[in-house]
Amino acid sequence: MTDVRQHAEDLHEQFSGHADVSVDEIEERLERLVDEFKVPMDEATRSVRSHYVDETGVDRDELAGGSSQAVELGDIDQDEQWVDLTVKVTQLWEPRSDSIAQVGLVGDESGTKKFVSFTTSELPELEEGTVYRLSNVVTDEYEGQYSVKLNRTTTIEELDEEIEVGDDDVTIEGALVDIQSGSGLIKRCPEEDCTRVLQNGRCAEHGEVEGTFDLRIKAVVDDGVDAHEVIFNEAATEDVAEISLEEAKDMAMDALDTTVVAEEIADEVMGVYYRVTGPTFGRYVLADSVEELTERPDTEATLIRARSM
Amino acid sequence: MSQAPTREVAKRVFAREFNDATYTFKESDEERAPNFALLPTGDRANRVFVVGTLTETEDIGDDSEYWRGRVVDPTGTFFIYAGQYQPEAAAFLRDTEPPAYVSVVGKPRTFETDDGSINVSLRPESITAVDEGTRDRWVVETADRTLDRIEAFDDDTNEYAAMTTERYDASLLDSYREEVLTALESLDGVAEDEPEATA
Repeated sequence: MTDVRQHAEDLHEQFSGHADVSVDEIEERLERLVDEFKVPMDEATRSVRSHYVDETGVDRDELAGGSSQAVELGDIDQDEQWVDLTVKVTQLWEPRSDSIAQVGLVGDESGTKKFVSFTTSELPELEEGTVYRLSNVVTDEYEGQYSVKLNRTTTIEELDEEIEVGDDDVTIEGALVDIQSGSGLIKRCPEEDCTRVLQNGRCAEHGEVEGTFDLRIKAVVDDGVDAHEVIFNEAATEDVAEISLEEAKDMAMDALDTTVVAEEIADEVMGVYYRVTGPTFGRYVLADSVEELTERPDTEATLIRARSM
Repeated sequence: MSQAPTREVAKRVFAREFNDATYTFKESDEERAPNFALLPTGDRANRVFVVGTLTETEDIGDDSEYWRGRVVDPTGTFFIYAGQYQPEAAAFLRDTEPPAYVSVVGKPRTFETDDGSINVSLRPESITAVDEGTRDRWVVETADRTLDRIEAFDDDTNEYAAMTTERYDASLLDSYREEVLTALESLDGVAEDEPEATA
């Protein structure tokens, strides 16, 4: 079967029940674009699909996803692909808009991705911790991050099975070579769902507020090849710098100055080698687990390398 | 599109090679373009991370404090200079009693002496006290990074290796590999290899 014929049949299947059109007719349209007008196959398919959408007035969402493929979340690297997923709902978040019915994270062995389902799609609700086969979802991309959107044509099938959700964590090793501003004892906005760090007592969103104290380190961990920016949250900071939030507050109170906390932390962690594991967020690695590397690494491999060069 | 400049990686280099890195250059005409030292093993360094033993400190300033520290690794000595613009590093050198293991993050700087030779020193961004394990880890890591550079030296695309042949004595390359061996063999419990048969 020719490539054009295959695409024609895929399209035909998508319009089955919506448009009274033959495979031959679709093939003819595709052929004209591809052979006569040198339009790439992707674009030709898109164009022919649009033509029939316009002609029949069928809702794009209602087209059967004849070309949707079963994929793992980790394989998603393109926008607007129709895919089938077998995933577990790992997190449900509070929707920020009435147009969103559900938002959260789904995961499979390859990792996790954000999902969204819209109110207008009128889909059954997903439950946290349950495994589903989601057919005909479409991928979306925003600033290099991929997510999936459920839509009116998505079918949801609850599965009675367990999935081991893989983590998206990265592990880096290196020396802590810098502590950036905004480290140490900080104040965050107390407004609900707002955790912005205050600048001079002001939140960028809510203006002047009575902040709540938090402890963190924004640091650079560098292995001589790459410099990674790492955020240590309160627990991780307490772990590596051996200072608690209460101690930090007392320390700042005694000195009448919060910067003493960052200085104290710097004394503890600067120049120390760490192995940090955690998810990435933008350009940062969020330190979920931190191990100080105090043991000398194996010298044998390096010795052999140096001697054999 | 404007973008925040990416942070320069702190290169790992032994003192012997660092002090041979006498040629510095910029890669753009922009006002704040970073300065690089050309490492003789064929790489550029805007920033380095070193760990060693602080053996001496001295205030060599006339009017205001200007501290010099000697930080020793198995291959040689890094000279650290900290004045009023590096107040924390200067305070550390003032307050620390040598000998002590220290880590230094800093930038290579060169200056010409009266007799016309070029000295390389380190202007610290930070100095902190560390333990012996950190120092040993640095020696092994720096050995690996140095071997990485020597391995990549002959790559056709290595513009910095090409640059070194114009600026430095190319016959010294193998001596940096030997420094790596010296450094590794200086660690406790690491046996020296049998002397090689050839001279």
